[in-house]
Amino acid sequence: MKLTCDEATAICDKNQYNEASLWEKIKLGIHLILCKRCGLYSKQNKVMSTCFQKLKDEECRKAPLLNHEEKESMAQELKTKIK
Amino acid sequence: MSEANKQFLNPEKWVSLYADYLFNYTISRLNDKDLAKDLVQDTFFSALKAKENFKGESSERTWLIAILKRKIVDYYRKINSTKGKAEVRMNFYADGEREGEWLEESVPTDWSGEIDKKIENQELALVLEKCISDLPEKYAMVFRMKTIQQIETEDICKELDISTSNLWVIIHRARTQLRKCMEEKWFKN
Repeated sequence: MKLTCDEATAICDKNQYNEASLWEKIKLGIHLILCKRCGLYSKQNKVMSTCFQKLKDEECRKAPLLNHEEKESMAQELKTKIK
Repeated sequence: MSEANKQFLNPEKWVSLYADYLFNYTISRLNDKDLAKDLVQDTFFSALKAKENFKGESSERTWLIAILKRKIVDYYRKINSTKGKAEVRMNFYADGEREGEWLEESVPTDWSGEIDKKIENQELALVLEKCISDLPEKYAMVFRMKTIQQIETEDICKELDISTSNLWVIIHRARTQLRKCMEEKWFKN
């Protein structure tokens, strides 16, 4: 029933993806009432999730692409192997 | 698929038809342009070698992506087996009486200043990228797939051939490390 901080924060991380079970959430809730350190982790974890979402949006906006030259050289190399 | 719909391979057109698709698929998992390019090229070479095995039952693209997926899991296994620097610095006591408690240097501390403003700052993404790239490669890879690409847990486990509990351990280690890194590099100053 009693969680270590390592276990509690692991559930907290899982919960950021809404994939913690009900039982896990109950155990986490109890731990958070008693443990200030993990309470702070939990609060900051939500901020981190917002940051990750920002990064996702940013990456979607500027996804790297292969340029024409790169594709050209790929095609050339492949050609040498096609008999 | 009926005989009439049987698919044929056309290697001369692979690059123009599929290079972008395969490259996007790879970069979303590995976030390394050169590496992604190499894996795509490698996929074409392997496909060419295995041409005789193509039965024409699936599309050319499906067949190529299957080959690429094997390249990616091979790569994951390679970085997963690299010992030594591969383990992340632990944030909790690993054993002894205090097992599972926070290590003093890892205890979360209050973040100063206006958090909301710091989140909106354009440079956030850069610092975050730096923190992710400081993670051991396999943590970075699994973390990206789950958090940035938002691929389903089940699909990641299938793709990389890892268990669900293994995935969550990796996510946990990655996130505790990232919190700490962002605290030092971003939220504390």
